[in-house]
Amino acid sequence: MPKLIRQGVVLGVAALAAVTAACAPGSGNDAAPATKAPSAVNTDIAKAGNVTLTVWDQEIRGGQNEQMEQLNTAFQQKYPNVTIKRVARSFPDLQKTLRLALSGDSPPDVVETNQGYAVMGAFVKAGMLLPLDSYDAAYGWRKRYPKGLIETNSVSTDGRTLGTGSLYGVSLQGEIVGIYYNKDKLAKLGIQEPPTTWVEFEKVLFIAKDAGELPIAFGNLDKFPAIHNFGVIQDQIAGKDAVRDLFFGRGGTWTDAANVQAAQKLLYWVKQGYLTKNPNAVKYDDSPVNFGKGEGVFLIGGTWFAVDLEKTMGDKVGFMLPPPAQAGGASVTMGGQSLPFSITSKSKHPDVAAAYVNFITSPESMDIATEKGLLPALKPPSKQPESALQKEIFAAWDAVSRSDGLTPYLDNATPTFPDTLGGALQELVGGKATPQEALEKAQKDYADFLQKK
Amino acid sequence: MTRTRRGGPGEPRRIGWLYILPALVIYAAFLLWPLLHGAWISLFHWDGLGTGTWAGLANYRQAFTDPVLRGAFLHALVLVIFYAVLPCCIAFVLVAAMSRTKIRGLTFFRTVMFLPQVVAMVAVAVGWQWVYSENGPVNGFLRFLHGLGLPDWSRGWLGDFTFALPAVGLVGTWVEIGLAMVLFAAGVQKIPRELYEAARVDGAGPLREFFAVTLPALRRELSVAFTLTTIAALRNFDLIYLTTSGGPGDATKVPAYEVYNRTFNTGEVGLACAIGVMIAVLAFAVTVGVGRLVEGRS
Repeated sequence: MPKLIRQGVVLGVAALAAVTAACAPGSGNDAAPATKAPSAVNTDIAKAGNVTLTVWDQEIRGGQNEQMEQLNTAFQQKYPNVTIKRVARSFPDLQKTLRLALSGDSPPDVVETNQGYAVMGAFVKAGMLLPLDSYDAAYGWRKRYPKGLIETNSVSTDGRTLGTGSLYGVSLQGEIVGIYYNKDKLAKLGIQEPPTTWVEFEKVLFIAKDAGELPIAFGNLDKFPAIHNFGVIQDQIAGKDAVRDLFFGRGGTWTDAANVQAAQKLLYWVKQGYLTKNPNAVKYDDSPVNFGKGEGVFLIGGTWFAVDLEKTMGDKVGFMLPPPAQAGGASVTMGGQSLPFSITSKSKHPDVAAAYVNFITSPESMDIATEKGLLPALKPPSKQPESALQKEIFAAWDAVSRSDGLTPYLDNATPTFPDTLGGALQELVGGKATPQEALEKAQKDYADFLQKK
Repeated sequence: MTRTRRGGPGEPRRIGWLYILPALVIYAAFLLWPLLHGAWISLFHWDGLGTGTWAGLANYRQAFTDPVLRGAFLHALVLVIFYAVLPCCIAFVLVAAMSRTKIRGLTFFRTVMFLPQVVAMVAVAVGWQWVYSENGPVNGFLRFLHGLGLPDWSRGWLGDFTFALPAVGLVGTWVEIGLAMVLFAAGVQKIPRELYEAARVDGAGPLREFFAVTLPALRRELSVAFTLTTIAALRNFDLIYLTTSGGPGDATKVPAYEVYNRTFNTGEVGLACAIGVMIAVLAFAVTVGVGRLVEGRS
């Protein structure tokens, strides 16, 4: 070995040995995980002294932003001793910085996290979020929200099981994946009323294709969108109980007959030309734009598209839940609630933080959300939606909430699922994998995760 | 008394370390330490939040055996062809042609060729996304050809399992040609005219002239250009992140994207560090290898 390299190796080894003397990454965080909820809870915030509360949220879009600002101002007026320092970031930016912020020494007091193993599960496991049970006892959040919504914000204290254990966050808005339809196009196809059963819906797809229309606008460049289309089909074929059991790891596999059938159905839609051609090359954000321009009779998408679609299409756009198997039956679809507001375990003012979380999820807040054109998680006590589309979305949310018809977002089933299930479905719609192969890929990731867990 | 010096005259003295100390401190604090720390973390299973558990070389083993990650490294090698080999070859031919004749408005062409290097990668990515899109100019042209009786070659380029990677690669070619060309053009200017004249007197044709005069004279520039572009290929993240997110399926996943993906999306920080270290080692090997091959340094 040349001398220089030899010296380099020696230096390298010495340096590595020096670091080895240091300890495992992350072990420097001395604060022991505060997995226990505080026992004494103070709800009298006016006497809490001068407090600055740092809040990180991602409510940066039009109505959401207005709602947050209004709520923050109202809270500070109610408690002049509290100053709110708001940090608003876009969803991807917030997700990326949260990890670093929460592992630091002075994290924000209230943060918007995300449901699922990758975010809330991991944070809880690392002891970074405060269990809200004792505050729930004081404020009654479990009574305020339906069980399904409380469950999605609950994790076991070891962060390993979703849907049970302590409550770690409360959400402001509701979300459902539904089917938007172009009223003009339906009328042109001779269909006066949107389909009321799943069979009828598929029949309309056929009629539309036959008439030279694109049945469903779809963009899948970003990997995850097909999860929504697949999920909606899976909900109809496998049913909500099977999907939930699978999601929460309570039983079943992704290669079960019903799930394979759902993938086959998606592939059938692709082959029949029911979906946009070359969907893997079309950006997700372009699909509502194209739909707004008159490309597609239907669009399978979340309520988050509503504001933009209403702007471009006015009263020509309608929203419906995936129609049930039998007319008049209960619809099942993917959905849940917006990102939960959680309290960090290192927060110096957990009482004030809890009062804040309670304030922004109060019935009055739901009224404000309605005013701003959003879909509040809970029925607003006095305000009503104004536009026709908004009314349809409210009715849909109310219906699935009452019939308990929501299934969780499949991407949260494992930390790597957006990539694996999303990638597998991209291969499915791209004709690279068969339904069986695609779901085997998903199952492998799922089984690996359950085993490690 | 005479002062005795250890070591013969001309031998490096210890005091030399003192001279480089200020620079060394900064270099060590911001480059060596993070590198070593990254290498250290790569030996752990760590989610970036809790306390890591010792993994030994398990992360490296996974990077080698996991088909997705192995695929990512293969894709990086394919990108080297598009980012380094192609631009260098094309730029070389262009410069060789330019060196023989006087071209009007040379500065203008050089500026145009270099422009992609100046434009921010985000703008490049958004622009090319449109170029490749379903109704973009590429497909428009191919449909025009189809109208003339040729088969229909139009497709969703960035969503195609076979063509997504070459499509992204060609963007890299487009970006890197300018860099290679500016380097080569600068090198050509310092070749004495006499050499060409002598070659011509000896009866060398254009091809002979290229191999006998231009190529040997541009060895160093070639080495620099090849090293820079190869490293650009290996650390390619922005273009993939913005155009395909590694899709469709895993078709355009590259190591640098996986470093980001595993750190921020899936919480496998140890594995991400292992991949990062492997990229660093690969880049180092390429730099040394190119130096030896092209410049003949030992």
